Amino acid sequence: MAVTTLTIDEVDVAVEAGSTILQASQEAEIRIPVLCHLEGVSDVGACRLCLVEVEGINKLLPACVTEVSEEMKVHTNTPRLQEYRKMIVEMLFAEGNHVCAICVANENCELQDLAVEVGMDHTRFSYRFPTDRDVDVSHERFGIDRNRCVLCTRCVRVCDEIEGAHVWDVAERGEVCKVVTGLNQPWGEVDACTACGKCVDACPTGAIFRKGVTVAEMERDRAKLEFLVTAREKKEWTR
Amino acid sequence: MDKIKFATIWLAGCSGCHMSFLDLDEWLIELAQHVDVVYSPVGSDYKDYPDGVDVCLVEGAVANEDNLELIREVRDKTKLLVSFGDCAVTANVPAMRNLQGKTDDTLQRCYLELGDDSRQLPHAPGIVPELLDRVRPVHEVVSVDLFLPGCPPSAERIQNAIAPLLEAKNPDMTGREMLKFG
Repeated sequence: MAVTTLTIDEVDVAVEAGSTILQASQEAEIRIPVLCHLEGVSDVGACRLCLVEVEGINKLLPACVTEVSEEMKVHTNTPRLQEYRKMIVEMLFAEGNHVCAICVANENCELQDLAVEVGMDHTRFSYRFPTDRDVDVSHERFGIDRNRCVLCTRCVRVCDEIEGAHVWDVAERGEVCKVVTGLNQPWGEVDACTACGKCVDACPTGAIFRKGVTVAEMERDRAKLEFLVTAREKKEWTR
Repeated sequence: MDKIKFATIWLAGCSGCHMSFLDLDEWLIELAQHVDVVYSPVGSDYKDYPDGVDVCLVEGAVANEDNLELIREVRDKTKLLVSFGDCAVTANVPAMRNLQGKTDDTLQRCYLELGDDSRQLPHAPGIVPELLDRVRPVHEVVSVDLFLPGCPPSAERIQNAIAPLLEAKNPDMTGREMLKFG
């Protein structure tokens, strides 16, 4: 196994060549906040929360999709990064309609957790209060409230890469961008959906939920997705 | 040391933050030794907001003309304004009417479409305050000095936030115990 050596926050790290900065930091037990990253599926660098500074490069780089290189010097928690991460979370809150008090995922929400982690006590951006986010409860077992969606596309990737059904996709652009089911049909009319619920487990917020779940009742089994991938790739069938 | 002039006000909210405040139980007696409650819907019967208030907790979002008038007056007369609870900090549940569109759409939906036998739009100038076009968090209308999120913030969180203020210190608003929304 070829090994790459680098430093992350002044700590010497040796990882398998071709690893991402995020993987390297995880091995070194250095925490980088993530939102669109989900263990077991591919990375897309959509949310920008895992941005890091690399010495010698002017741009900030997303740790989840940037490969390590020899003698790279990475900084994961500078004041600039802390400020940008806080701004990203504030923008996510201002951009959609996130009302924690009435959300199924209250107490069990990665966006809410991130707000605590970055120290957000309010958002400095004006709330947009979009009026065109719809709720689709046409599926027999599940629902989606697009008011709470942060467009991380975890549902899209988990359905495509683990379940193999590719029910979810991203439609439109800019402020009207949204995740859709089938060919932008009501979820309940999409024959390809196997009702496996992996998208529910993958969703970081309360956007995709099981029907009948009320405020703060949502529970998820994130480890199930990792287990399925490990089972398939490494033939390990226990957890 | 002189007592701190302390106030609380209630804009568009459910009063849950004030109920949580009353949940401070016996610590309220301790608090009373340090503050004069000069204005509060739950702690005094004063009708006019006085000058020179040291600390004011603001519950609720800014939703109607009365809210707007009061918060501007309070800001003018208060040294330290605290956004008290999620409605004040994020506009929260009251702002869900923003998703209906403009005020007329909301009134139409509530009082005509979903109304009972006596469907009519509320209209009593000078008595029933007019709704603003959009419900907004307090800091989008006036400057805010301290944010105390939570729906409602627990009594413990409220105590941890205001106890340092009595000693002219800033509270440590970090971590899940002090910051979580909802």
